[in-house]
Amino acid sequence: MRFVADLFLLLGAAFLLLGALGLVRMPDVYNRIQAGTKSVTLGAVSFLLGIALLHPDWWAKVLCIAGFILFTSPVASSTIARAVYLAGVRPWHAPVRSGSDPSKADPLAEPEPKAEP
Amino acid sequence: MTPTLPNLNILEMIAFAMIGLALLLGLLRLMLGPGSADRIVAADTMSVTATAGIAGLAALFATPLYLDVALIFGVLAFVFVVAIARTIEGDRS
Repeated sequence: MRFVADLFLLLGAAFLLLGALGLVRMPDVYNRIQAGTKSVTLGAVSFLLGIALLHPDWWAKVLCIAGFILFTSPVASSTIARAVYLAGVRPWHAPVRSGSDPSKADPLAEPEPKAEP
Repeated sequence: MTPTLPNLNILEMIAFAMIGLALLLGLLRLMLGPGSADRIVAADTMSVTATAGIAGLAALFATPLYLDVALIFGVLAFVFVVAIARTIEGDRS
């Protein structure tokens, strides 16, 4: 039982660490919102599940905290994303190198609009 | 007398160290974020991480009192994030 609880604690802490790492690593506000919300929500819920397995008497309060995080964290990030979008921040695009072939440069970039003949 | 960590094995110590490192990385983004939106995202992420960390303190000290602290901290952090997001949204006019 304790080994399963430690496994969930390690999984949750690893997802929390990955979320914070994505928060430092990502280039844009929108990417940081994605990396910092989904991974951290899963990590926190998994960590609380590990605590509930470690101390089975506390399952009601831990379930309250986990449900609250599961409901409010996406709402908070959605509110931040809406506020940032309405404040006028444009999404980030990967820079295209000037000397390279534009068909191979970035497969995720938006295609150039073709000139009308 | 050095403080001892009573009921922890090595896996739980690694988990707590990971949470501390996650809080440090969030603090780094909070300090050098280019705009106010980056700082708010960092504060949101750090608040969820700190809620899980406070619930971990309850397991560390073997008292369920810290679970109430974690719940109230989560509620206040949510209200803080929504209020600050509404503030940035409002100054666009």
